[in-house]
Amino acid sequence: MPHDHLDHPHSLLPPVPALRVKALETILTNKGLIDPAALDEIIDTYQNRVGPANGARVVARAWSDPAFKAQLLADAGPLLDDLGFSGRQGEHVVVVENTPELHNMVVCTLCSCYPWPLLGLPPAWYKSDAYRARAVREPRKVLADFGVSLPQDTAVRVWDSTAELRYLVLPMRPEGTEGLSEDQLAALVSRDSMIGTAVLSPPAEVAP
Amino acid sequence: MSRVHDMGGRFGDGPVQPAAEDAPVFSQDWQGRALAVTLAAGALGQWNIDTSRHARERLSPEDYTRFSYYEKWMAGLAMLLVETGVLTPEDLATEDLATGDAAAHDGAGTGAGDPAPHPLAARALKASDVAATLAKGGPAARDSGVPVAFAPGDVVRCQRPAGNRFVDGGHTRLPAYAVGATGRILRVHGTYVLPDSAAHGLGEAPEPLYAVAFAASELWAAPEHPGDEVVLDLWQGYLEPVRIDAG
Repeated sequence: MPHDHLDHPHSLLPPVPALRVKALETILTNKGLIDPAALDEIIDTYQNRVGPANGARVVARAWSDPAFKAQLLADAGPLLDDLGFSGRQGEHVVVVENTPELHNMVVCTLCSCYPWPLLGLPPAWYKSDAYRARAVREPRKVLADFGVSLPQDTAVRVWDSTAELRYLVLPMRPEGTEGLSEDQLAALVSRDSMIGTAVLSPPAEVAP
Repeated sequence: MSRVHDMGGRFGDGPVQPAAEDAPVFSQDWQGRALAVTLAAGALGQWNIDTSRHARERLSPEDYTRFSYYEKWMAGLAMLLVETGVLTPEDLATEDLATGDAAAHDGAGTGAGDPAPHPLAARALKASDVAATLAKGGPAARDSGVPVAFAPGDVVRCQRPAGNRFVDGGHTRLPAYAVGATGRILRVHGTYVLPDSAAHGLGEAPEPLYAVAFAASELWAAPEHPGDEVVLDLWQGYLEPVRIDAG
């Protein structure tokens, strides 16, 4: 039931966010319901270990290995399991490919759903009201906020991730990267390009 | 009518502010704590993803709008802890916690006068289990007896009016901007827990889930480009078939 008319429990806690969190942590710790060492471990995971480098590895592999790419686009789950890039907020992942004809872009208008195991925690802009409200209605104006302008004959497909599926954009491989290794390619892949708010440029050292 | 979180398509929000790719994951330390407390409390197993989302959505529009992201998480968590009986309002209101001074509470604070261990304490997430718990996640795909009604290419229309059909004002995943819109099935995802049911303790009720593509011109009065589309993940019950007249 939606308990709209209950008192708001959060109003019982201190008003300053940092103190509010500390109060909840203290209450739960004193009752033995959470372990501060586990909290440290969770923070360390998302601050230092899980981030866009994971997604970049997947993209670089897809650019380098046609069979991997075909499987990734058909059913990403087993490949991501093998790489250890599945789990919380990435239980079911769909990878969508950018082409000269179609640019994909991901948003979650209702919440801030995001493929954590591949990209880490979402940046502030992804969670902002402005992005959530505007990305579906005027994706090209939102892309302009990122300095991106698409050719007129490229269609935009915005994925509003309303269910438990998480979307990763496979950006187009930049020109001039033919001889690069997977590691070198991965270093070129930005977080925003895997959300669909950036288009990758040729690397400076090989740009004409 | 939907709730404050359902903001897709809304006017008036101004520019998006991009951030450097190497910006800190948590701009302030308490945000990381808020994330971690929420995930650790979730491991107690007293609610699911749908109940926790609905808790945040039930914030008053005023609170939802003024709270930052992790403040919403904190408010939602407080609501869940009280509603599921893990904590009482009195636990939250303990006056000497108002300073947030954890050092003052080592053993003698809220726990005092309540020597019996909390019945859920045995379920507390241990540091050594964090990696495995995060790797496991909470898959939402389920077997279902509901037959798959649509195939890629089929034309469908979203139900109208929108809204949870089990609980008035309840949790649902059909955004207001797609209500009554006609689209085509792009992808059949499989069968998944139905949030409209699971958010309210009414069972998982899994049913087919689809990626449905809508032309921008079907959704917006002034679409940016004739080729643009929005794709939504929608459960079968949100959709009705549209017969295309061949003649």
